[in-house]
Parts: sequence; structure tokens; C-alpha cells
Amino acid sequence: MSTTVDKQDIVGRGNRDGAQHFRDWFSELTDTAKQGGQSAYVFVMGSLNEILKVFDLPVVFPEINSLQTAVRRVAHEYLSEAEDYGYSPDICGYVKADVAVQLRHGEHPMGQIPEPSIAVLTNACNTYIKWAEIWQRMYDIPMVTIDIPGTREADGQTWKGDKNFENDRKYVSTQLKELIKTCEQVTGKKFDIDKFREILGYANDMSVGWKRVIELNKNRPSLFNALTDGTIYLGVANGFRGTKIGSTYFKELVEEMEYRAEHGIGTLTEELYRLVFVGVPCYPIFRRFNELFSEWGGTFINSTYLWFASGGTNIGFEYDLSDPIESLAEGLLISVRDAMDSMFYQDRMMSDMIEEFGVDGIIYHPIKSCRTVSTGLADSRRYLAKKHDIPSLFIESDMMDRRVVSEAQMKNRIDAFFEGLESRRKQAINHRS
Amino acid sequence: MNNKIFDEWPGKPLDEILCLCRDLVEDPTYPTVKRWRENGGKVAGHFQVYFPEEIAHAAGMLPVKLRGAPVELTRADSHFGSYLCSILKTSLEIVATGELELDLFVSHPICDAARNLAAIWGRNFDYPCQILYLPQNPNSSQSAQYLSDEYNRIKKLIEKIADRSITEDDLRHSMNVFNENRRLMRELYDIKRETPWLVAAEDAYCLVSVGGMIPREEHNELLQAVIPQLKQRQVKQQDRIRVVFEGGFCEQPPLDLIRMLGRSCYLVDDDLLIGMRWIIEDVSTEGDAMFNLANAYLEKSSYSPVQHDNRKPKEEMLIRRIEASQADAVIVAAAKMCEPGLEEQVAYTHALDEKGIPYFVSEFEENMTSFEHLELQVETFLENLLFA
Repeated sequence: MSTTVDKQDIVGRGNRDGAQHFRDWFSELTDTAKQGGQSAYVFVMGSLNEILKVFDLPVVFPEINSLQTAVRRVAHEYLSEAEDYGYSPDICGYVKADVAVQLRHGEHPMGQIPEPSIAVLTNACNTYIKWAEIWQRMYDIPMVTIDIPGTREADGQTWKGDKNFENDRKYVSTQLKELIKTCEQVTGKKFDIDKFREILGYANDMSVGWKRVIELNKNRPSLFNALTDGTIYLGVANGFRGTKIGSTYFKELVEEMEYRAEHGIGTLTEELYRLVFVGVPCYPIFRRFNELFSEWGGTFINSTYLWFASGGTNIGFEYDLSDPIESLAEGLLISVRDAMDSMFYQDRMMSDMIEEFGVDGIIYHPIKSCRTVSTGLADSRRYLAKKHDIPSLFIESDMMDRRVVSEAQMKNRIDAFFEGLESRRKQAINHRS
Repeated sequence: MNNKIFDEWPGKPLDEILCLCRDLVEDPTYPTVKRWRENGGKVAGHFQVYFPEEIAHAAGMLPVKLRGAPVELTRADSHFGSYLCSILKTSLEIVATGELELDLFVSHPICDAARNLAAIWGRNFDYPCQILYLPQNPNSSQSAQYLSDEYNRIKKLIEKIADRSITEDDLRHSMNVFNENRRLMRELYDIKRETPWLVAAEDAYCLVSVGGMIPREEHNELLQAVIPQLKQRQVKQQDRIRVVFEGGFCEQPPLDLIRMLGRSCYLVDDDLLIGMRWIIEDVSTEGDAMFNLANAYLEKSSYSPVQHDNRKPKEEMLIRRIEASQADAVIVAAAKMCEPGLEEQVAYTHALDEKGIPYFVSEFEENMTSFEHLELQVETFLENLLFA
């Protein structure tokens, strides 16, 4: 009996609580907007929540606001408005949806988005820079770029103690100190190092938890769908980084996944094929996109999106609280670099995980909106195909713009992919017998 | 023994020299680079926009600017998806087909698409393929030191490839060569601004462009010979609209498009191949030369949509360019699928609206071959201004 109670409490808790936290977060943003309070506009790959939370700045993730317009099937209205304002159909849909939100004075399907008091960004995506320039022009606010040098060549990562790494770290830590000064000027508050340490501690809990959750999905059957459930977890990972809520959520999420593993509780899909998703989800048909795979027994056990869109939190870097600023610089260098590697050098990571996660197929989903993620995918797929005997599917669409999402065409290709997988499996069985 | 790799022009009349430059720029087989390699030289290929070529030059390598080419895709297309600009694909094409052989490839995180190139290149070629992380936060007090360290990192790699060390004297010598080169290009642009009837738009463009495919000493000799001849030309000034072309910082418009524009107006300034002209003053060779080179990238430089600097809002920089060249109008162009270029168009046009400066918005692709429609639009735009 007690097991049943436990099960009801635990299984699905991550999704339930995640959705609630998400609503609370937007509710807080709405309150901030109505009261004319301050906010920081940030991005998922290196949000700098660790510093901004010291100054009690509510964080707005315009990427998340934009994808929500697509999930709620109103993105086209926002895209059209930005295109009327002058933006090309060929640029990032996230940028355009956000421009329309700004032109509508924060009006958004999930609430009211406050105006920014500061924009903080990294170079993990170049469009972050162009995007923040738009707010700088619109609101005349400070725009702070934290430039984080990435991997210089394949397998060329450097680490603590290496001269090149230390040069980079000095550059990043100087920029962090400069960001702190700007935050003090914007908010009129002094930087509190003890509060900073507390926030870093919460961020550590999240990093440890996120890494563990992803690792646990090696389980058969997989414990969560990386594309659908994973996106809910990601929302919390971004919005609540460095908070007690975020820390608790991820501890409990690990508990849920360990419980599921122990009791053999997988996703709702009868798992026939274990897939990895490479790219950004197709938000205009978010649920349907997943169904096109789950109807064949395909489930997404991992995704590069869970890596880069968490800013590299997946690698589980833990800050050294005795040297917080230098450690944050080191953590950013390693984590944001990993997020970038997940986009540019993800063939290396795929190579490692095919066996580890028991992968049956890889789904590449390059999109019109995001060239950071999409440019190298065709080449990466070719490279991987030479090294591994692993089936893959390459489908192009978009994360925002339904004008370039053709569900019928997508279905044809996905069906053909699974027919290939099926026949491949039968051949393997015949060969063995 | 003559080791020059562009030796066809000395002693030729001006028009013939300009014709040779046009031929070289339009030749996607990079004959000068082939000659360099035949002479035993090594080649450092660098993708747009800016690269500190002085470092490769100091090691005796030939720095070659990869700026795409008007070629049909036979090999590169399968390495890319859709929705991408052409320059990415054609740059890979000329290397994949063996037309251009490199010993090093360096790209920069200039845009979301281009920052993928080092990884793509690295998966397909055996030589070093690297990203040079030019600072994206030029406003940090640490940026110049960081960049100096990054240049020293690249220097070590180049020394390994060139199989020789770069001394301080080597670097200073190269910096002097490049200072002279940029001075000559500034002089050429002075002609464009002050007496644009003396040099056709496509000729000015080609005279700069060939510098990216020959040693700068040879480029200096060429410009030193050509510029005085341009100044002595007897050409009558015409009643034409003075225009700035903006949007050529990375992918280059086809030469025919530049020629077409030059027929319709005086192209008095532009951002074509801006990376070659990025540093706008001489770089001091006194003291720490490498630091000076890094500092010049940040402090003595032009602007482009792919560098954010709080001190250089792009639209204000464009207005300054228009004012300095006394232009009447602007062509605000962008390469197709170029995210930064297309985004900047909005900021530019809003600023131009505020200032009441006429502009014409357009997109181009390096492989476009038909210009009739565009020419008609441009001429209509210019006629409206001329007869207003």
C-alpha cells in the first residue's frame, strides 16, 4: 500500500512540479512587469543567474518566451509582426517573436514580460549578441557580453593549469567582476559574497542532479523522454538555476528517476527503438513531432538539446565555494564550452554514447532558425556514418516557423526510417539464427 | 630567379593592369596560390572577416583570404543543410576540389554559421583547422591582453606548421609591410571618396581583393604603381549620385553586381572586404609588437555587423561613413541567409529614416548571374534622387 502511495507521489512528480514552477515563474514576471520592477534579460547558454540572483534580479529568458509562443501555436502572429517591422523571414524566429513581444509592451500568452534593466549574454550563440543589441537600442540599457572562448579545434580542450586555459580564465573572471560592478550600478545594491556562495551551492546541487538524471536514462526501459519530459526539466534548470527551488527540484528529480529505475518504470511508450535527438525541437508541432516516433515505439533517450540548452550543466561542474569568482569563471569556461562543443563537435560525443546508451538511431533535426546548431549537422552525420554502423535520419524544419514545417513530408520520412530500422532488425535476427 | 606569383602586370598600361586584377579576382582556381606552392611555400587559409595576417606572413607563409567563389557546387553541398549562405559552401568547395590547397585553416566566431567551419573542416582535412577566438567583448579591460595571448597561441601553431620560429624582428618587419599596405588601401579609398570618377567601382574592389591572394609586398608594389596612374587619369566628372554600399563584410557580391552599381552611381565608400582594411591606423612596432597588433584590432579599427562594441553602434558608424564620404544615399545590402547582415539592415534603415538619408535595401548572392531586375530597381531609385 505504501508503495502505491509512494509511486503516486514520485512518478511524474518532475513533470507536475516542473509545470507548476514554470507557471509560478511567469506569474512572478507578470507581477514584476505590472509593478514596473527591474529584470535581467538572459539566455540559456550561460545565463549568469549565479550573479544576477545576488542582486535579486528576476531573469527573463526570451528564448523560452519565444518557444512558448510556438508551443501555444501563436508564433506566426508574432513572427509576422516582426517581419512587418523589417526583419527578414530568414533570420532566427526566436529573435522575431521576442521583437514582437517588445513591440506589444510585453504581451505574451503566459503573462506579461517586464522590460529589461540589463541584458547579459555569452557568445555561445552569435545571435545572442545581435539580439541584445536590439534591446540596447530599444531601451538604452547596459548590455554585458561575457565572452567565453570555446574549443579551438577538435579534441583540443584545455584544463585548469594549462597556460591557454588560465589566459582564458583570467579574461572570463575579469568580465565577471565587470558584470558585478554593472549590476551594482543598475540595482543600487552591493554585491554580497556570502549570498553568492549560497547561490553557487544551489547551482552545484542542480549540476550534480542534471548530470545524474541524464546518466540514469541509460536504463532499459528509458526513464524519461529526452524530447518531451526533458524540455520540462530544462525549463526548471534555466529559470531556477542558483535557487533553493531549483536545488530541491533536481534532488527530487534524481529521486524520481532512481525510483523509476529500481521499479522498472519507463515512459508511456513501449520502447522498441532507443533514439538520440540532435538539434532543437520542432516546437510548432511539439507533441505531434514526438508522436511520429513514439507511434513506432521510438523513444528519445538523450538529446544534444539537453546539453547545450542547459549551458553545459549536464557535465555536472561543481563550483569551489572557497574561491567563488575564479571558480565561476572556470565553471563557465568548461560548461559553456561543452554547450558549444555539443553543437560543433557533437560527433565526438555521439561516438561515445552509441554503445553506452544502447542507441538504435540518431535523429538530426537542423532548423532554419538556428544556424549555430544546424550548420554542421549534415557533415557531422556523414562523419559519424563513416565511423559507426548506426542508422540516422536528417529532417529539416524549424523551431518557430510553421511555414517551413511540413508534417506530412516529415511523417513519410520518419515512417520510411522506421521501416528501415525494422527490416534491419529482422535481418540481424535472421543472420544470428 | 623570379619568385613573384603575380608578375604579369609590371610594364603594362593601366587598363591592362586593371584587367589582369579583375581576371585574377574572378579566377576560382587561385593561380597565384598554386604558384606559391610550386615555389615550396606554405599557405594559411583564413575565413572572413579579419585575421592577423602579419603572424602568418612573419613565418614565411602566404595568408590567403577565403571569401567564397563564383563556382558550382559539386562536393561541398552534401556537407551542409539548407538555409545557409553561399560563402560557407563555396569556400569548402574550392578546397574540397583541390583548387586551393592549404596547410592551415583558421575561422573566427563571426556568426553562427561560420563558427561551425573549423569543426567541419577538421572532419574533412588532415591539416590543423582552428578557431581563432577574436574577443566578442571588446569593452572588457582584459580584452587586449586576452587577444595578445590568443595571437601568441596561434603564433606557436604557425611556427610548427612553417617549421621555423618567428622572431620579434620577423614580426616587426611584417607589421611594417602591412602598415604600408593599409596606407595604400586608404589612399585608394581616398580616391574613391574624393574623385570617384578616376577609378571604377569594380577596379577599386579588385585592386584591394588581389591582396588576399598574393604576398603583401607584391600587393604594395602593385598599388604603388597603380595609384599614381589613377590620379593622373583624364576622366571627366559626371553628374551621378554618390552612394555608400553596406553589406559586403563577409560574402562578396559578384563582380558584375559591383560593375552594375558603378555604372549607375559613384560608389564612394563601402565595407567590401572590410577585414583587409579593418585596422585604420598604423600599428606601432615599438615595444610589445604582438600586444600592439592585438590592441589595434580593438582600438584602431573599423566596424562590422559581426563585432559588437559598445563604443561603436553600427548605425552611428554607418552615418559617419556616409558623412565622411559625402554620400547622398546608401545601398543597404545583405548576403542571402546572412543572419547578422539581415539583422543589421533593420537597425541601419531605422537610423537612416531618422536622418532622412535615402537608401535602397537589397539582398545578393555571390553566385547570382542575372542583374537586369536589380539594375532596373537601382536605376529607378537613383533617378528619383537625381531628379528630385
